[in-house]
Amino acid sequence: MTAGTTARQWPAPAPAAAEHGGFWRAVLAEWTKFRSVRGLVIGTVVAALAMLLVGLFAAGSARFTCPGGPGFPTKTGAACLPRIPRGPGGQAVTDSFYFVHQPLAANGSITAAVTSLTGVHAAGNGQTGAGPGGAGPLAGMTKGIVGWAKAGIIIKTSTSQGTAYAAMMATGGHGVRMQYDFTQDIAGLAGQVSPSAPRWLRLTRSGDTITGYDSADGSRWARVGTVRLTGLPATVQAGLFVTSPVETQTTSSFGGTTSNGGPSQATGIFGHVSLSGAAPGKAWAGANIGAGRGSPGTGVGGFHQAGGAITVTGSGDIAPVVAGPTSYFPTATIEDHLVGTFAGLIAMAVIAAMFITTEYRRGLIRLTLAATPRRGEVLAAKAVVVGAVTFAAGLAASVIAVVAGPRLSRDMGLYVLPVSLPTGLRVIAGTAALLAVAAVFALALGTVLRRSAVAVTAAIVLLVLPYILGVASVLPAGPAEWLLRVTPAAAFAIQQSVPAYHQVSGPYGPPVYFPLGPWSGFAVLCGWTALALGLATYLLRRRDA
Amino acid sequence: MSQATGLMQADASSQRHARRAGSRAALRAEASAMRDALAAEWVKLRTLPGSPWLLLAVVVTTVAVSAAASAATRCPAGVPCTADPARVCLSGIYLGQAVVAILGVLIVSGEYSTGMISVTLAALPRRTTVLTAKAVIVTGLTLAAGTVAVGGSLLAGAMILPGHGFTSAGGFPDLSLAGGTVLRAAAGSVLYLGLIGLLAVGAAAAFREAAAAIGTVLGLLYLFPVIAALAASRIWQRHLQQVGPMTAGLEIQATRNLHSLVISPWAGLGVLAAWAAGALIAGGLLLRLRDA
Repeated sequence: MTAGTTARQWPAPAPAAAEHGGFWRAVLAEWTKFRSVRGLVIGTVVAALAMLLVGLFAAGSARFTCPGGPGFPTKTGAACLPRIPRGPGGQAVTDSFYFVHQPLAANGSITAAVTSLTGVHAAGNGQTGAGPGGAGPLAGMTKGIVGWAKAGIIIKTSTSQGTAYAAMMATGGHGVRMQYDFTQDIAGLAGQVSPSAPRWLRLTRSGDTITGYDSADGSRWARVGTVRLTGLPATVQAGLFVTSPVETQTTSSFGGTTSNGGPSQATGIFGHVSLSGAAPGKAWAGANIGAGRGSPGTGVGGFHQAGGAITVTGSGDIAPVVAGPTSYFPTATIEDHLVGTFAGLIAMAVIAAMFITTEYRRGLIRLTLAATPRRGEVLAAKAVVVGAVTFAAGLAASVIAVVAGPRLSRDMGLYVLPVSLPTGLRVIAGTAALLAVAAVFALALGTVLRRSAVAVTAAIVLLVLPYILGVASVLPAGPAEWLLRVTPAAAFAIQQSVPAYHQVSGPYGPPVYFPLGPWSGFAVLCGWTALALGLATYLLRRRDA
Repeated sequence: MSQATGLMQADASSQRHARRAGSRAALRAEASAMRDALAAEWVKLRTLPGSPWLLLAVVVTTVAVSAAASAATRCPAGVPCTADPARVCLSGIYLGQAVVAILGVLIVSGEYSTGMISVTLAALPRRTTVLTAKAVIVTGLTLAAGTVAVGGSLLAGAMILPGHGFTSAGGFPDLSLAGGTVLRAAAGSVLYLGLIGLLAVGAAAAFREAAAAIGTVLGLLYLFPVIAALAASRIWQRHLQQVGPMTAGLEIQATRNLHSLVISPWAGLGVLAAWAAGALIAGGLLLRLRDA
């Protein structure tokens, strides 16, 4: 049998296949309608372009400058980019602390009792996190310990920034914690450290496994956590550390965000320090890890031993970098380049609603329903077409925005927080999916309401207004957050690329952080869309066209 | 010769008189055309079943969101509080303006979707008059509904907010119209809604298609604050808020922290007025130039 005869002897479709083909014929018909209406095609292109240009404009609008050091001219743009260490997970981290350390050649353990933790912090006088200058690093600071000041013991791969570690620590306001590899945090004993209430801490190493213990009296110990640091070398650094993070208060109003605060510094006193498994004949050595220009701390650090106690002073933090205005250097996230999604969304909502309402206006709906009497199928076909077109346009725009945008930002001197490949793909595909589902939502609203003005307004108000009320701080944080949980605007969580960490104080609100996780936020929009589609199908069947 | 000159002079002066009389007549004709147009628009809008619902929706959405925001906002004594009671208790405008925009768009686009516009323009060939009449009707209705909505919101705020720590003892302005800034916030919010209605009428005349017009209006209102929030440059953040019709226009609601406004209250309302004027001029020109 040749190819020619095959073509001629095309088999008649089976009845089941005909029914199946009926839906795809409806899809094809809707696709033909979509692509042959110039307004819809131009609108889709405009939506994608608006999305791209708005995003790139928002990122590329500022060129950052920074002092070039004594005797050098001011630097601008990419020359200002700080060198930010990357943690074992690839994320940007702050790794600045005072480290009193000894090498630990094999398995062993370190024990210490923290008997005091005190500190000073910026007075909140409008400093925006730049290192304090002028008359001494501590000028204008007030006494007091910040909540996430840390003093404790640590086992770390090396003294290089960003290497793997596990640590037990007493904190300024959050009790004893075990933290490792920058992002992980386990709570231990609660309560504040004082000479009358010391906190005993112990870390033991056995191969790649490190176990943390705490105790209030040095005799009864409780295990806080066991962690595995893969690839820990044979010789690691073990010792005492003290650090104290930048503490800021953020107030936002109508788009602008202002931060008050600045660096802080802490001093911890350690007693009963013992290290088993150390190399013989070694003494404690001090290192101010990550100090110097571009450090988040005061730069002050040191230690001294007296009468069996070791006093350590340090500043900085051992934590992931969080996005937002409180960071001590200008940062951007990859989703900052997707702010144009709102423009694309409004345009696609218009197009999707028009895709059904113009049929009612022109009476075409009667012809459509005569051709495909199964009305649910008509709506499904329209949803498939408008969803697929929107997804394709949104994907094209978001790929370019997320690939080209961060380059532009870096040229401008903005540090773009690195994300893993799966997260980046989730942000890109999620943005396209968000637009597609939102377009289907607008289509369903258009079918229900049949008036395009009301349908478009309903879609835009439900998707965009909750976000604005959150960003503009019209509503207090509680109700604004609640709105971003229950309205379709929750779906913008799918664009959030950097997580919030409870162990790092930060501006955890819109526009960067969302109350729901990426997929649960997206599911909220899908739920609304399913409801709207269900209602639309019901009404389309019930009502006369 | 002199007689001839006199005659010519008399002739010229009588022509002037005639012209003046003619222009008076034209003016009268124009005024009567305007009256007719206004009456026609009023009848068309009054007899549409949707119109009273839209006006009711303006009031209900504005007052409901405002009251909810007032109920949700607290300023306990001793805690620094940046909230502005007037902004809080008038925040329903954020939603109410969308309903006003629908009203403004539908009065124009509704005629295009039904083909009524051909009849309207046949009856009243002066297209500018038609658009002006529509703008006047929308402004009047919006100002009326806006006054009720803002009054209701303010009343709800005055009942709720003092119990939530917004007392004059705490340094907050009293939510009574006797206070200059509160009166400005209230009257300005009503004017704001009127200008949104005009912006929508202009956009609808320019786009004709309701969906495109409403999308453009809501995009203009809502996109500026979103982009400003994520713009990398503080200077651009400020500029975007200064030119955005909503961000600039709603500065009229400020009664506290007046030094930190992006634009002074009346200038902000002026920015919105400029947008509305631009939309009306564009819409009027396109209405004159295009076939209906």
